[in-house]
Amino acid sequence: MSSEIEAAFADEPALVSYVAAGDPDAESTKEYVRALVRGGTDVVELGLPFSEPVAEGPTIQQAIRRALDAGMTPDRYFDLVAELREEVDVPLVCMTYYNLIYQYGSGEGGADDGREGPEPFVAAAAEAGISGLIVPDLPVDESDPLKEACETHGLDLIFIVAPTTTDERLGRMLSRASGFVYVQGRLGTTGARSDVSDDTHGSLDRLAETDLPKAVGFGISEGDHAREIVAGGADGIIVGSAFVDIVAEQEDTADRLEAKARELKAGALDGAPDLPEPESK
Amino acid sequence: MSSESKFGEYGGQYVPEALMPAIEELTDAYERYVLDNEDGFMDEFRERLRDFGGRPTPLQRADRLSERYDREVYLKREDLLHGGAHKLNNALGQVLLAKYMGKERIVAETGAGQHGTATAMACAYLDVDCEIYMGRTDINRQRPNVFRMRIHDAAVNPVDIGSGTLKEAINETMRDWATNVEDTHYVIGSVVGPHPFPRMVRDFQSVISEEAREQIREKAGRLPDSVVACAGGGSNTMGAFHEFVGDDEVDLVAVEAGGSALTIDEEEGLAPHSASLSTGDDGVLHGARTKLLQNPDGQILESHSVSAGLDYSGVGPELAYLADEGRVTPVNVGDDAALEAFHRLSKTEGIIPALESSHALAYLEEHPDELGDLVVVNVSGRGDKDLDTVIEESEKRDLDAAPSMEVFEGEQ
Repeated sequence: MSSEIEAAFADEPALVSYVAAGDPDAESTKEYVRALVRGGTDVVELGLPFSEPVAEGPTIQQAIRRALDAGMTPDRYFDLVAELREEVDVPLVCMTYYNLIYQYGSGEGGADDGREGPEPFVAAAAEAGISGLIVPDLPVDESDPLKEACETHGLDLIFIVAPTTTDERLGRMLSRASGFVYVQGRLGTTGARSDVSDDTHGSLDRLAETDLPKAVGFGISEGDHAREIVAGGADGIIVGSAFVDIVAEQEDTADRLEAKARELKAGALDGAPDLPEPESK
Repeated sequence: MSSESKFGEYGGQYVPEALMPAIEELTDAYERYVLDNEDGFMDEFRERLRDFGGRPTPLQRADRLSERYDREVYLKREDLLHGGAHKLNNALGQVLLAKYMGKERIVAETGAGQHGTATAMACAYLDVDCEIYMGRTDINRQRPNVFRMRIHDAAVNPVDIGSGTLKEAINETMRDWATNVEDTHYVIGSVVGPHPFPRMVRDFQSVISEEAREQIREKAGRLPDSVVACAGGGSNTMGAFHEFVGDDEVDLVAVEAGGSALTIDEEEGLAPHSASLSTGDDGVLHGARTKLLQNPDGQILESHSVSAGLDYSGVGPELAYLADEGRVTPVNVGDDAALEAFHRLSKTEGIIPALESSHALAYLEEHPDELGDLVVVNVSGRGDKDLDTVIEESEKRDLDAAPSMEVFEGEQ
């Protein structure tokens, strides 16, 4: 059975776009997501800000700081997601760190209702309309409780494959991944770069036989990168810092986000080697 | 021999996937070299600790403190270890292990700078490249250690994010490690982080309690009633406790930084203390599940202590476990009491203790009767690095115990 997220990759190379929820405020985030979708975004990755984002580079760290300073919390995040789902019809993926998931519902007033661990968070995410989770500090080794909760509530749990990931680890990840495989294009943290790393091609080659869609992230900022990555075998691209840079500048933000998304999506489409002829409808 | 990744529910390996292969490689190296002494690793480590580090450190009877509290007080003198703190035990162990593993570059974080200094020293000694991350606030309050690191040829990178203390320095070092993981080893400075770090750092530090246990039996003819050590991340704590954990008659007292108050300012996202073991909630930070200072949403709070070395929002997972089990008693003392204890030891015993260790000594002052007749206090480091802070904070408080630093006796 194909999930909503997998379906978003079905027809053509997909653009997965990241913004930090609440940067600089919740209303603006809604406007930005609408603009990204107008520009051709197929999946929105909506960051739920955590105070210690160890996988992020400076651009997204600062976005997360702005969002936290503006008062973003898990509950407000879920409200935002529910509102967005009424306006846009692309799947929304939550990217956050494990402590927020683990802590949700087990704080004041939550611990006594018998629900512990990641289940309350996943239940609330599902109810709000989240289709999948990306948790960069939760390797497959520690993922059993979250995977179980995701299966209960019908969410995809998306794993990140790094350039350093061994074949043995890759096997374990693929046995429980769903939605898509997040291919980390290079070592290090998130952030826009000016070239495509050789690591990207190596990882895509290793995943060639995998049935799940493969999307590459970390460092993509231009249409040309998107073209090269899709030509190299990716089913989609994940772009964050290039959008967050535009949000940070606060000038014609929505229009520029839409234009950037359009450029990246066009690059991805260009790179697709042999798209089937459009079916007549 | 194998090594468990958890202490009860605490511990684990919560890190980005890019780091997991390095952590698996490190776990393998830890089991082979540290636990099984492959290629004589532990023999070489012990020998280098002895010849370069100056071990064993003395267990000294503190005559005037013993008189003051009417009980036998012994000080484990880790301040006399090369570099002036227990930190060398771990830094030397890890840098040597990195060499055995064929790593070419070391990164480390530091709070008070003692761990950074020890790592820089070990890297100079063993000829390995070294880069240290340190929060801007800590750089400003620990200048002497910054100079020492640079004199040992380490690069010191300031971290400007957040409160500019240890938590931010750890985040930044993890980012560097995730970028350069193939040739770089991250020398974590305390019993925190993903498995195998909490166990491995404890093993390197447990030489403290191994020596202290033997020395107290020799000097006092029996085991102590209690062992007292300060706890930030908890490396000197676990080092001082480990060999006593099986001795049920020995109380293990972990003294945290009570800061200026044991409250939490949720609006500002900060705790004016660093008492995560006694007041924190279960959560996941920097690779491990442990006790943390956090708000109900799970956002990590900024911590505070007059001692940069205790200023951390988390604590080692093994300490969290031992505290839950009732084997370790977490307590805390405030900034003022720690400063007074600093001056007291300097005046009465001729030892200038680190502000970290001053917390342990302050607990002895406040609760001597709870510690029994024979007490061992771990003096985890010397206080030279803290002089600027002590002078400034003592003047701010008009502390009776503190001498005036502006007027000399003959000029009064």
